[in-house]
Amino acid sequence: MKKMKLVLVGNGMAGVRTLEELLKIAPDLYDITVFGAEPHPNYNRILLSPVLAGEQTVDEIILNPLSWYEEQGITLHLGKQVTQIDRIKRRVIAEDGTEADYDRLLIATGSSPFILPVPGKDLDGVIAYRDIADTNAMIEAATKYRHAVVIGGGLLGLEAANGLMLRGMQVTVVHLGDWLMERQLDDHAGELLRKSLEQRGLRFLLGAQTQALIGDKDGRVMAVQFKDGKEIPADLVVMAAGIRPNTELAASAGIHCNRGIVVSDTMQTTTDPRIYSVGECAAHRGIAYGLVAPLFEQGKVCATHLAEFGIGRYQGSQTSTKLKVTGIDLFSAGDFMGGEGSEEIVMSDPFAGVYKKLVIKNDQLVGACLYGDTVDGSWYFKLLREGRKVADIRDKLMFGESNIGDVGHQGHSKAAAMADSDEVCGCNGVNKGTICKAIKEKGLFTLEEVRKHTKASASCGSCTGLVEQLLMFTAGGDYSATPKKKAICACTDMSHQDVRDAIFAEHLTSLDAVYQTLGWKTPNGCASCRPALNYYLISSWPKEAQDDPQSRFINERAHANIQKDGSYSVIPRMWGGETTADELRRIADAVDKYQIPTVKVTGGQRIDLLGVKKEDLVNVWKDIGMPSGHAYAKALRTVKTCVGSEWCRMGTQDSTQMGKDLERAMWRMYAPHKVKFAVSGCPRNCAEAGIKDVGIIGVDSGWEMYIAGNGGIKTEVAHFFTKLKTAEEVLEYTGAFMQLYRKEGWYLERTVHYVGRVGLDHVKARILDDHAGRKALWAELQFALDGEPDPWFDFDQAKVDLRQFEAV
Amino acid sequence: MSDWKTICAVADIPVLGARRVQRAQGPQVALFRTVDDQVFALLDRCPHKAGPLSQGIVFGKAVACPLHNWTIALDSGCAREPDEGATPTFTVRVEEGQVLLNQHELDTIAIELQPVKAGPCARAC
Repeated sequence: MKKMKLVLVGNGMAGVRTLEELLKIAPDLYDITVFGAEPHPNYNRILLSPVLAGEQTVDEIILNPLSWYEEQGITLHLGKQVTQIDRIKRRVIAEDGTEADYDRLLIATGSSPFILPVPGKDLDGVIAYRDIADTNAMIEAATKYRHAVVIGGGLLGLEAANGLMLRGMQVTVVHLGDWLMERQLDDHAGELLRKSLEQRGLRFLLGAQTQALIGDKDGRVMAVQFKDGKEIPADLVVMAAGIRPNTELAASAGIHCNRGIVVSDTMQTTTDPRIYSVGECAAHRGIAYGLVAPLFEQGKVCATHLAEFGIGRYQGSQTSTKLKVTGIDLFSAGDFMGGEGSEEIVMSDPFAGVYKKLVIKNDQLVGACLYGDTVDGSWYFKLLREGRKVADIRDKLMFGESNIGDVGHQGHSKAAAMADSDEVCGCNGVNKGTICKAIKEKGLFTLEEVRKHTKASASCGSCTGLVEQLLMFTAGGDYSATPKKKAICACTDMSHQDVRDAIFAEHLTSLDAVYQTLGWKTPNGCASCRPALNYYLISSWPKEAQDDPQSRFINERAHANIQKDGSYSVIPRMWGGETTADELRRIADAVDKYQIPTVKVTGGQRIDLLGVKKEDLVNVWKDIGMPSGHAYAKALRTVKTCVGSEWCRMGTQDSTQMGKDLERAMWRMYAPHKVKFAVSGCPRNCAEAGIKDVGIIGVDSGWEMYIAGNGGIKTEVAHFFTKLKTAEEVLEYTGAFMQLYRKEGWYLERTVHYVGRVGLDHVKARILDDHAGRKALWAELQFALDGEPDPWFDFDQAKVDLRQFEAV
Repeated sequence: MSDWKTICAVADIPVLGARRVQRAQGPQVALFRTVDDQVFALLDRCPHKAGPLSQGIVFGKAVACPLHNWTIALDSGCAREPDEGATPTFTVRVEEGQVLLNQHELDTIAIELQPVKAGPCARAC
């Protein structure tokens, strides 16, 4: 079949990233031609500041060398500016007459620096700061001249000023605003920044309006003149007063432009569906993004449409900022100015050079501005992006993630302080140095890329926060504008919530229906999405959806927990932790008969038989004759109990019976993740109910219910939920909470994270305030569990493939 | 040909699943079946920590190791980026719905590898 023709105008980061995404999913669909106005292959524009500052070289920031274009069979026209698009003949024409036909056209022309329209702007020595040529001109000027003036005290201007200063020039920053970086910082933080940069040797003129640039007799700039008549010497003037999307080419072809080339959520221009646009030249919902991560998101979406999958929508990004000036820590994101209708929490220590402002609106963090201490930037940004309700942590919010009571390594905001040799990812043994090196050398911007290249954070995920911080510190704020929603895996652009909603709305009951209806990119998913999809199907449509055993992890397929040597562990269910002499005898006999090497009492009051061969599993189950403990499943595992009023002289309630009742009511209950309960008979809480998904504590007047605790990687104390009078109520409320979690929790999301995401208030509204809703949830759960088989005995009904236990 | 040994029917392997083949000696071999009924055979050992690949989730032409989620290509036995390593492959023939393996390969490939040990016995040694 003849390939279609794709032409990319603009050889920058956004356009080429789109090609990379496209080549990943549809490598053979197009003959690709690329036009680049610069004479260089695709490079990392963000790293021009480190190049100017002498921290990196131009070669180090090349993203795709010329050989890459060759390997991909891409026709590359470097140093050729496209000047015309003939939409009738579907052809682009460059300045030198080079032509290329297209079936699809991608415009990624980026933006140009805004040049102040003042007299003298065309003098020698007046440049913008945009590309490699500008950077080289600045580096060269620094070897010959003394005085530099940077016009513009924004992000780019300050980075340019810092670089020139490091190269030995005396630099004055001229800024029209009353404080520096007014689009990223408030006046307090801007003032701290100015002081700190002044200490390093930069000079500032704030509120200064440039009137003219004055040249010498050779036509080179020699001074800058202001509105008030004042002049300062300047051998080099760098204009960094903002950028303008490059829309001339598109506009001349009759494509609708306002703040940029107007595109829809599919990144198609609203004028011509054959023509796409991504990057700084594109205006999506009225915003032209100037940071890299949103552009990459756009590229991803654009690629899926170019590949004719017809899926994926770009819905905008939240962005954050970090200044790439070594030694200066500032971070801002969202609506950091605050104002009407919002509340501010401010911490200011001008002497120590630390200032923090958090802006809260409707109980959500909507903005953050940090100066001097930015270790919690990525955490605040996460809260902001996810729109998490912060009422429960509000009093500790200002003091950072490390102060909200976790002992795991996720929350420690210590990325900056770590040594290169310190281990970040314990699962895969990756240290900080390795991660930072990969980020720098391979130009990584997203968590996903770091996972792919270094394996860090790719297993248990407990170091994700730390890796995100490393990304922020290494790649700068540009990285962190991650999308509002995260795709489940590379097989789709849809998030967990999207998929779950679609399964419900479209009444999908099989994996194939999901792949087809939702346009999966892979024929049968992957090991990440399949277990999640399978869970969403069976939890959305109990007794209707087709369970697919091959889409479950081996533990659930074999109904036992796989161990490091490929053997399995078997944990029979002991209701509420109680057992009998008969059961113990049968267990002991099975241990002898099948030569099971280890018998261990678990942390959850059960007996674990470790080292069972797969071929023996069925017989071990049969011999011990006890129900499956589901100790392998994303399901209800244990209900830990104390002895309660039955034996304990302190006990106020019969916690053992309560535990047994809860376990009998909810065993076989599949959930997004493993679920553990505990019931204590009195507030001494011997069953440690405070760190369980549901913890019940008996008191004189009845029961207290706690939810969303966790004893795992990151210990979390459960929230007090409500007080209940009767055992029936405990069952009903617990069951309703579980059903809500089953319906709303994302696969592999523990209750603590689920409740953190939706907010405790939401759960209270659904369970405590809505009486009919609660009863309905409890009834739904009972319906789903009614008749669910025990996989250790009802093989057929539980779809246990017995062939797996035998070798052929 | 006498060198080829009939192992089982394609239908005996679950779609997107695997079966283990017991050899006279040496670690077992894993047979995989893709969604379009292609059959592949690999040594049942992940190059990482010897996880039993036969117990992993099969997708496309790859399997995810059940222990630490390495992804191994079924046709080449190679681990996918960023992991490095390979699992020995066995030649598979499918004739009239039957899966055949080469007896010579079964007798020679990766015979000497010892299984991983776990449990108190392993600790004591």
